Amino acid sequence: MGRSVIPIGPYHPLQEEPELFTLTVEGERIVEVDVRIGYNHRGIEKLSESKSFDNSTFVVERICGICSTSHPFAYVRAVEDIFPMEVPDRAKYIRTIIAEGERIHSHLLWLGLAGHFLGYNTVYMWAWKLREEILDVMEILSGNRNNYAMFTPGGVRRDIRPQDIPVVLAKIDSIVPTLEMLRDAILDDPVLHARLKGVGVLTKEKAIEFSALGPTSRASGVARDVRKDSPYGVYDRVDWKMIVTSNGDVFDKAVVRILEMFESIGIVRQCFEALPEGPINAGIESIPPGEGIGHIEAPRGETFHYVRSDGTNRAIRHKVRAPTFMNLPTYKATIVGETISDATIILASIDPCYCCTERMAVRNHRGRLLYDGEALVELSRAKTENLKRRMGRT
Amino acid sequence: MSLKLKALLKSPWVFHLSTGSCNNCDIETLDCLTPRFDVERFGILLAGSIKHADVLLVSGSCNRMSAEKLKTLYEQVPKPCLVVGIGTCTGSRGIFIDSYNCPVPLDKIIPVDAYIPGCPPKPEAIIAGVVKLIEKVGKG
Amino acid sequence: MTREQVLRDLGNRFGDDILDIFVKSPKRVFIKIKPRAIAWVGPYIFRELGARFNIATGTDTPDGIEILYHFTLEDINLMLNIRVLLNRDNPVITSLGKEIEAVNWIEREMKELLGITFEGHPDPRRLLLPDNWPDGVYPLRQDYSEWDETAIRTRGV
Repeated sequence: MGRSVIPIGPYHPLQEEPELFTLTVEGERIVEVDVRIGYNHRGIEKLSESKSFDNSTFVVERICGICSTSHPFAYVRAVEDIFPMEVPDRAKYIRTIIAEGERIHSHLLWLGLAGHFLGYNTVYMWAWKLREEILDVMEILSGNRNNYAMFTPGGVRRDIRPQDIPVVLAKIDSIVPTLEMLRDAILDDPVLHARLKGVGVLTKEKAIEFSALGPTSRASGVARDVRKDSPYGVYDRVDWKMIVTSNGDVFDKAVVRILEMFESIGIVRQCFEALPEGPINAGIESIPPGEGIGHIEAPRGETFHYVRSDGTNRAIRHKVRAPTFMNLPTYKATIVGETISDATIILASIDPCYCCTERMAVRNHRGRLLYDGEALVELSRAKTENLKRRMGRT
Repeated sequence: MSLKLKALLKSPWVFHLSTGSCNNCDIETLDCLTPRFDVERFGILLAGSIKHADVLLVSGSCNRMSAEKLKTLYEQVPKPCLVVGIGTCTGSRGIFIDSYNCPVPLDKIIPVDAYIPGCPPKPEAIIAGVVKLIEKVGKG
Repeated sequence: MTREQVLRDLGNRFGDDILDIFVKSPKRVFIKIKPRAIAWVGPYIFRELGARFNIATGTDTPDGIEILYHFTLEDINLMLNIRVLLNRDNPVITSLGKEIEAVNWIEREMKELLGITFEGHPDPRRLLLPDNWPDGVYPLRQDYSEWDETAIRTRGV
């Protein structure tokens, strides 16, 4: 059978990292995959070396919009690791609240877009509507919907006002019933089972080999979570459990993310209950020479920052590693052997961000355009519709 | 005003393009389409293909690789089209002005009709910006 | 295994290759080894000790180009940082990417940003920089300076 090459990308508006995927297909089957990144490279590591330790917090916040708390969190922990030092208790609680709020909004964002690519626009609209409530919570706590600017080496920049806490808790309580409805609707839907189960499997061995992180590894049965393995913030003081499933397919990745949202809600509630009084900033005077490493569990996996100081007010080296850098290469293991209509959801499943449906085009070996991005989403939706019909759920 | 431009303003289809942004502006743009803001009420629709687009929403600080693609894509948009730069990065490149991989600002690559500043601009600001642009073009 | 056992085990096995062991804190250990020894120390930590590969950090220091390989032993909450120092004029080291998939991308990144050659790398293409980026210009080197004459660095106001 003749081989065709499908370029996907490089643009897709929903992702932090525009990439160009090149799929080689035989008929419907994908036999090879290659990726070219770099459309988003802004040289942040170099930029950060020209900024003071305080200013770098704002630079790393702009690495990724969805993880705009994870990067500052890992960065300030790296700076604090140079001493090493501990931050005040209240700051730890506030940091945990913001980080978990971000996890809920990030997972909702993923859930919505995953639904969109499966042709379930209802899921998309519901999830994003719920997400607005979480963004409201973040706006009340930090003053901004994204880019919270809450973190600073030694503590947090901004305190939580006591009068805001009941408002925030009421908002969180209000989304729980809808979230439960959404969970049951998604996890019990036979059509989604048929579309997602056994698709894009990442085996446990491969997850370890690629050093996959976060929900991508936990769905493959690798119990790996920085919050448990190397507790920071107040994760060792609150009660929560790590969600681990064993199949490694797209469905399990969805299950892990959905169930994690409920854990996050639990953590946020416990943090508000136990929020102690006290200072929010340890007040760092100067950074000693040395090197520090900070790693935290972002919604997508471990975010890693390494900072080296020579005793001046600027870092001489600042290394950033986002979770997608480790998760993205797992495509090599998951997408080969699957069909084109499932490519969109497999690419979406690790939450790298999203497959670039807008700019997707399938060409045969003579270069004639067969499908564009919309046609591929249509293909995916048609498959969902067919399954629905076959199951008598039109 | 040309007939083409007048027709375009009735129901502008937008195409969204990230040129090395941090994703925040992209999410906020998408947010405009979801239930709380829902710009589809006004006939604004996210187009799946650049060839269907009337308005280009560009975000990000234009790094070397995406700048080349941006030029190619701009050539493919049916003219007349409007270009809106979303976020501080498209205006002044913000904190990325000294980055080795972001050499030139957006308006040196393609012509820009409006800027919406903010890091990121709120969905309300994006909607207000697009509406102002449409009003201005409508008046000639 | 506890932290002490891991360090003793590494000391016994690779005593000749280890130049220095620095225990910074209970969670962070920095081990400096000879550059050629990474070919067997790295795979041993990854496969036999079951560590997770976090990432590698390349740094241009006054003494030469330095690479820090970060490994995490999750069960005992220990981060092992393996440090090697390479000659700045000719930074060459054996590739780990040919054996461990997880190291593949970061070696490509260090190659283009710092100009380190990884011998035996299976896929030494560009990763982040554009294809028309000039050869021999490495942005993370300390002596990097603006090469692009068309670049505009003012805001125009």
